[in-house]
Amino acid sequence: MKDRPSFHDFDWVLMAIVAAICTLGVLEIYSSTHASAMAGMQWKQISWIGVGIVGMFIISRIDYHTLMDQAPILYIAGIAGLLVVLVLGYSRLGAKRWISIGGENLQVSELMKLIIIIVLARYFTEVRTDRLTLRDLAKVATLTLVPVALILKQPDLGTAMVLVPVAVVGAFLAGIEWKHLAIGAIVVALLVPVAWNMRRHLKPYQQQRIQTFLHPEEDQRGAGYQILQSEIAVGSGGFWGKGFGKGSQNQLGFVPVRYSDFILAALAEEQGFIGVCVVLLLYLGLILRLVDNAQKAKDKAGMYVVMGVTAILGFHVLVNASMVIGDMPVTGIPLPLMSYGGSATAFVFLALGLVMNVRMRRFVN
Amino acid sequence: MAPWGISDQKIPQGRLALFSYASVVFVALLLVGFWKLQVVQSGHFADLAEKNRIRYIPIIAPRGAMLDREGRVLADSYPSFSILLLRDDPKQLEKNLPRIEDGLGISADDLRGELDDARSEPKFQPIVIKPAASEADIAFVESHRADLPMLELMMVQRRRYPHGEMLANTIGYVGEVSPQDLAANPDKYRPGDIVGKAGLEKEYNDQIVGTDGLRRVVVNSVGKMVRTLDDVEAIPGKPIQLTIDYDLQSVAEADFANKEGALIAMDARTGEVLAVVSRPTFDPNDFAVRIPSKEWAELNSDPQTPLLNRAIQAQLAPGSVFKVVMATAMLESKAIPANYTVYCPGSATFYGRLFHCDHAHGMVDLHKGIVASCDVYFYNVGKLLGIDRISHYATALGLGRRTGIDLPGEEPGLIPSEDWVERVYHHKWYPGSTISVSIGQGAVMATPVQLARMIAAVASGGTLIRPHLLKNANEPPPEVFPLSDDTVKQITDALWGVVNEPDGTTSETVKLQNIDFSGKTGTAQTESFALQNKLGKHLKENGWFIGLAPRRNPEIVVAALVQGAGWGSSVAPIVRDVVKAYYDKKAGHFQMPAQPGATGTSSASATPSRAAPAKSAALVASVGAQRQ
Repeated sequence: MKDRPSFHDFDWVLMAIVAAICTLGVLEIYSSTHASAMAGMQWKQISWIGVGIVGMFIISRIDYHTLMDQAPILYIAGIAGLLVVLVLGYSRLGAKRWISIGGENLQVSELMKLIIIIVLARYFTEVRTDRLTLRDLAKVATLTLVPVALILKQPDLGTAMVLVPVAVVGAFLAGIEWKHLAIGAIVVALLVPVAWNMRRHLKPYQQQRIQTFLHPEEDQRGAGYQILQSEIAVGSGGFWGKGFGKGSQNQLGFVPVRYSDFILAALAEEQGFIGVCVVLLLYLGLILRLVDNAQKAKDKAGMYVVMGVTAILGFHVLVNASMVIGDMPVTGIPLPLMSYGGSATAFVFLALGLVMNVRMRRFVN
Repeated sequence: MAPWGISDQKIPQGRLALFSYASVVFVALLLVGFWKLQVVQSGHFADLAEKNRIRYIPIIAPRGAMLDREGRVLADSYPSFSILLLRDDPKQLEKNLPRIEDGLGISADDLRGELDDARSEPKFQPIVIKPAASEADIAFVESHRADLPMLELMMVQRRRYPHGEMLANTIGYVGEVSPQDLAANPDKYRPGDIVGKAGLEKEYNDQIVGTDGLRRVVVNSVGKMVRTLDDVEAIPGKPIQLTIDYDLQSVAEADFANKEGALIAMDARTGEVLAVVSRPTFDPNDFAVRIPSKEWAELNSDPQTPLLNRAIQAQLAPGSVFKVVMATAMLESKAIPANYTVYCPGSATFYGRLFHCDHAHGMVDLHKGIVASCDVYFYNVGKLLGIDRISHYATALGLGRRTGIDLPGEEPGLIPSEDWVERVYHHKWYPGSTISVSIGQGAVMATPVQLARMIAAVASGGTLIRPHLLKNANEPPPEVFPLSDDTVKQITDALWGVVNEPDGTTSETVKLQNIDFSGKTGTAQTESFALQNKLGKHLKENGWFIGLAPRRNPEIVVAALVQGAGWGSSVAPIVRDVVKAYYDKKAGHFQMPAQPGATGTSSASATPSRAAPAKSAALVASVGAQRQ
């Protein structure tokens, strides 16, 4: 047992996987944009990765217990931030998601993901029984759904949805009864048709996306067009791919936001099924390595933090990859570490910082 | 450290392991999803990607030119540009519309109208906003490539008729293939193909149409061309040579300035058509660019029917020209002795009805009957022959049926017979009708081309050539209805007399020195008196002259019709001019006629000839309109 955390205990295996994923992402961003007006995007992404790594080291230095001590304050600050976004934030692409701090545009909802991980980890740790009562579950749901509602209001369905798995995975690990889990599953199953009937209350773009998801062929130039073009890119890539920088769907701009949400489609076209296997196995490695860290956590608090991160990253990969092959609607959920995007990339590194934080302290008293 | 942090609870290893297994399963499922697209259906998606990426742009092949018999151009094609408007970016488009309107000189209303019309079409499909771009327009598009990227140039081949209205009704015009043709020949035509719509352009479309080439280009997601992959060059259409003689055509056109009617001149030995005039007419150049629908409606609803080719489509009473048929029937049938004579007091009564003659001719034999065009003589001939004999010889000489000229829409005319009356009117033939038929009135209808061919046949002993406009065509052997030398001699001598004898109907006004010029006049009522009363005005009569030279085995035959001309003798000078031009050319001292207001070479001249006073409403009634 040591009394101080050390960078020697950093998870270098995890970092190697992360480095590999980032490299593939930067290369594909370069391939997608080098021949367009957006050339040079990869440098911006690299600098965001740099910022993320610095942030990761900083956050790993602050004991996660200290962070969890501040959970109520963080939560209130996060909710306040979301409210500020709704009131003062500026719109881009039809959604209010950003506030400007010191000239940099910050997506508060990304920060909210970190906060919800810490808050729920603290909550689950405080439940000292092996079994979660319905009351506990109701509290978890309330804690989660308040920010979810605020983020939905922006509107950002994707990010809002991402908070839910943190609660679900946490509850599962905190010992949710199978009975409750089953009831929950049934309730969700029953809610789907209800939600479908309530779709009139959704924003038009959300209705559109759902409609499109169900009938992609009806809307050739709208969101259905995006899914179709993504599928064409993936499918036409074949087993071996068309080669780096040679995907026509990608290079000619048929794949929508090919450098960001649909980067996996661009990669699938140029690197083929082989490339997709490499990417998905890297993500699987990432997830398994994160679970491994959770298993080796010193206490339950650490485990919840790590699994919160795992839940969010896993959900991102699952939903994004499903969307690219047309199995899920377009919700604007990027592929972590590969999709171009400052806030999203920074978030992943900060989240990994929390994981390192827990790992570095597994032998510390 | 907070008290909640101190935990002796064990990590739920089992549930964490379960999470790991679930992750493996999810990744496996995702890989199955990718496998389906990338391996199972990769061929399908590769096709779709190629379709996305590659556009096929036709390279339009120019239509073959039409040349006259000496190789002078009557119609050709030239490359021209259409300006396309891309509509992918409605915002940019909206912002820049005023600049586009300004730069290309399109009115704001027109442009908005076209955009509205195209609203239901997919956004990525560009629309043509200027079909025939001027050099200034092209320069405008080229110089604004960067800031007006929604403008695009497309090369097209456009038809050009350098002589404007000249020969317009015969050459025809081109236009976009109709939906019906498209549906009937989906392999042959593509939407937007330019095809011959009328006249020779239609008749010989398949000969002069080229084979379009194909350019494969790579386009990006907004349809902008990125690069060309390869070209299959267009094969230009082959030119066709016509039998038309530009010089004779010019002479005939000049004589028809401000007249209404038709003329056809042909080589009587071969059937090669040397000149065709039809008035009023139009300028086919108007059709070569997209004709505005308003003008098209005007052309179609004009009571003067400028789109009609009267040389083959005007079915009118031939009047006294028909006496040539009567004479042939009389001599060939031998039902009446060749020296048959009649006393003409200026009129005669048949079946209780009075029939007039031009004036009292006194004693008339066949020669005088033709030369002075005595109606009473032929009333009697007709009565003695009977309608069936007349009908038989008229039909044998090519009347009442199509000549087979290589033009679409030829009308057959009409030769009445007992059968015909019973079939159409369900009553017996009135013998009185035969009297009218004898002088080419009543139900008899013929087209100018039929009359030219008929006279040529009589003068050449019964050889019915097929009139045609394509030179060096493989002509089938002519139809022969042998006539006796005596018949030919008697009739042709009389026809010579019409032009050259003092009592001929042309009063020696059209005699030609050193040319054996002969012919027959005709003056026909345009409609019944009943119709004239209904219209409340007296309609002038149609004048005919069919001329030929030399009188036997003629080289050239010319039929001319001037509607509302009054006497056929006033038409004779037109025919004389054409015949003279033919011989002048042969002798090598042909001179082009002076041009004032004659053959329109500018497209602007379409209007005056169409705007001629609508004096002959009868034409509408008597001419079977042939329209597509």
